[in-house]
Parts: sequence; C-alpha cells; structure tokens
Amino acid sequence: MGLRTPLFDVHVASGARMVDFGGWDMPVNYGSQIEEHHVVRRDAGMFDVSHMCVVDLRGARVRDFLRRLLANDVAKLTQAGKALYSCMLREHGGVIDDLIVYYMDDQWYRMVVNAGTRDKDLEWLRAHAGGYEVSVEPRFDLAMIAVQGPGARQRAATVLEPGFVARALELGYFFGAEHGQWFVARTGYTGEDGWEVMLPADRAAEFWARLREAGVQPCGLGARDTLRLEAGMNLYGNDMDESVSPLESGLGWTIAWDPQDRDFIGRAALAAQKAHGVPRKQVGLILQDRAVLRSHQKVVVPAVGEGEVTSGTFSPTLERSIGLARVPSQTTDRCEIEIRGRLLPAAVVRPPFVRHGKIAVAL
Amino acid sequence: MSNVPAELRFLKSHEWARLEADGTITVGISDHAQQALGDLVFVEAPEAGRRVAAGEACAVVESVKAASDVYSPVSGEVIAGNADLGGQPELINQDPYGAGWIMRIRPDDKAQFAALLDAKAYEAALAAETH
Repeated sequence: MGLRTPLFDVHVASGARMVDFGGWDMPVNYGSQIEEHHVVRRDAGMFDVSHMCVVDLRGARVRDFLRRLLANDVAKLTQAGKALYSCMLREHGGVIDDLIVYYMDDQWYRMVVNAGTRDKDLEWLRAHAGGYEVSVEPRFDLAMIAVQGPGARQRAATVLEPGFVARALELGYFFGAEHGQWFVARTGYTGEDGWEVMLPADRAAEFWARLREAGVQPCGLGARDTLRLEAGMNLYGNDMDESVSPLESGLGWTIAWDPQDRDFIGRAALAAQKAHGVPRKQVGLILQDRAVLRSHQKVVVPAVGEGEVTSGTFSPTLERSIGLARVPSQTTDRCEIEIRGRLLPAAVVRPPFVRHGKIAVAL
Repeated sequence: MSNVPAELRFLKSHEWARLEADGTITVGISDHAQQALGDLVFVEAPEAGRRVAAGEACAVVESVKAASDVYSPVSGEVIAGNADLGGQPELINQDPYGAGWIMRIRPDDKAQFAALLDAKAYEAALAAETH
C-alpha cells in the first residue's frame, strides 16, 4: 500500500483507476483520460495534487537563504503573493528539483515541491537553513486541489468561501492569496487558466464534492501529464534530474544571472558550462508517423548525433504524438525516432504545443 | 470488474479468441487489457495473407499510456485485419469483444484453439495477477 492523500477514499468511491505514482496511490483516470484532457482545455477539470509538498520557510534572513539556494532570484518578488518558478541545484549544476516559491512577506516564503523529491528536498533545505536561521516546515496538514480550464475560476468561485471570492478572482497570473488556512493561487500545470487551492486536509473531501456539484470534472494524473506536455512544461525525473543542468533541459530562462554577484548554488558550474558551450539542448518533437513517442526512445539526428526522448505522449489536442527530447545542440528542424526497430521522422519544434486551448505550433 | 465472456478463449497475455462458424478465429484484446491500457490511440493490425505462428507478436495496440504487442493465439494465415481501427482505435475501448476485434485468422490446427485458456482459467489468471 502506498501513501494516500486526504482524497484517496473519494477517488476510489468515484471509480478512479488508482496507480502508484512515486510511492503514492493516485488516480490515473476516472474513465477516459482523453475526455478528462479535453474538459480542461474546454471548460474545467480538477486534480488532486495533495501529494505535492507545501513547505513554509520563515526567518529574518529567509530571502538571503533562497537567493543562495535557488537558480532563479526571489529578489524579483516584490509584491505579496507573487510566485516564481525555479530550479534548485547541486553545486555541479544538476537539478535537485523544480519548484514554485511564493513571497508571502519579508519573513515568510511558501514553496511547493514535487512529491517524489520531497524527502531529499527537505533534507537539502534543512542542511542549508541553519546558517540563515530559517525554519523549514512541511505542511502535511494541507491538501491541494488544482482547478484548471477556461471556466475553472468562475466555477470554483461559486463554492469558495464567500469572504474570499472577490480577492481570489482579482488575482493576476502567478499570484496567490491566503485566507485563514486557505491559499488560492492563479497557477497550474496545464497551460490553461485556473487556480491551485491549498486547504486544510480535513476540508478537502467536502470542497472536492462541492466543486463537482459546480460542474468541475475530476481528472487523473494521466490527463495531467498530457496537458502539461502539450503546454511544454517539464516533468522532474523525466525531463531533468540531477544528472543534467537547466541549460540542457529547456530551463535556461529560469536562471537569474543578474546581479552577477549573487552566488547561488550551482552558479559556477552553469557559468562554466555556458562558457564551454552547452552540448545538448531540449526541443519539442511532433512525430510525423502513426506511433507514440515515449521516454527513452532514441533520437537520431542525421550527420549530427543522437539524443533521447525524455517525455512523450499522444496529444489529444493535436491528435499527433508529441514529446520533449534532449538532443545535440546543432540539431535543427528534423530528426528521426527509433520506435520498435524503425526510424520514424519527427519535426523539431519549440514548445509549447498548446497554449490556452489553441494549437501553438505549425503542424 | 472486467467482463470475461464465457464463450471465448484467452491467452495469459490478455488476447481473446473466438471460433467462428466458418472455422476461422477472431482475435482481440480483453476488456481487462483495454482498461489497463486506457484510451487507445493507434492500432497496427496485420495485413491479410500474413503467416503467423502461435505466440508471435503480430499487432501493436498503443494507448495514451503504453504500447503493447498483441500475440497470435494460433498458427495460421491472417485473413483480415480490422481496418476500422485505423481511424477509430477507440472501438477497442468501447467494444473490445465486438467492433474492437483486431484480426481474423484461418488456423492450421483447430486443436490449438481448444488448448487456450477458457473464461474460468483466464479469470483465475487475472485474479492471480492483481494479488
């Protein structure tokens, strides 16, 4: 038996197909994964993401601490509730995790880290927190529900606590706000508008049921994966890990090089890699044949070299197979993918594939 | 719970086989298999005229989640692949024992069909797999 979120019984009772996901028993779908995908692109779906770990970091020097630990710079966050996406790196530049950090106030930042990396993240944070007198508090008392889709905010607003609705609806992209033990942020992992709602674990089942009554469709991790891949978002453990740097993972944009004297962990290694030329890069792929890209398939770039598919799936929106791959930096617009002993042609594109319900690449 | 029709025969690898009145054998994947795979997105069915051996991988079903080989339950000649699956792979999800059939084979030896798992034995195999 794996770890269970506060919504485990709700998923089972609604007929979800449960699978192991990084040690957690999670719903992969409640029927059709493709239908769940479309409902998020067209209206509103919800995901139990309580397996992800909320960590509160507090202390007078918490800002300095995060400016040392994260490759992106929390000094960019000047308005309360504003969020930042960042990698946390080892000294050699490998990615420990990718995460979102919210600036709550000068002495409090809230971080959301991946489920599968939770223990090593907490260990890393604690190992460095002492020098800054920062407290590291994982919030195991909170559940998290992502409500996503063009109709998500309006539907969810009808069941949010009335005193919180106006503020929640006013949130700009990548902003969050708290209300008692509740926290609503206009963030997500689908490429659609929506909210991620953190709430007391013992309120999760009731809120889930009320969202359902408001017309929000439960969606499993299967649809979450196809949605994030269409949106061109990386999945930790697939698209990057400790063996690669953000520069080789399509995450160069998350590195804050300025100011130059900010000495974040991994900076020297990234600077050296950049100076020598990064040998590999991340690209998007659209398979031109009838098959499906899967992680670890070999990519062949004629006259250049080889790479590997890091994430692949069938895109319900494009009705083609799409993927992310790590390939030689000289790769241009074509490559071939080895699938069941054959080399099939693929177009090399720049993700995202889909943004706000619209196809964002040339087919 | 998945549906296991009593009149069919099965392989442990989740193919079903049905002996037709004309002596041919229709093959598909079981309800359990389609549930486990999730939404099917591509099917490569074999072409008519191909010789297949019992246990040979002769079709591929690919879902959002995974690709899976389909093994022939008997040796013989493929007399038809289900062309409808090219445009509608979801037929396998909707009707795995009917419109979602994958291929029809003329067996060399009908005794091979008789030796396949019956519904009860397949149900026992499923129970063993999930425990």
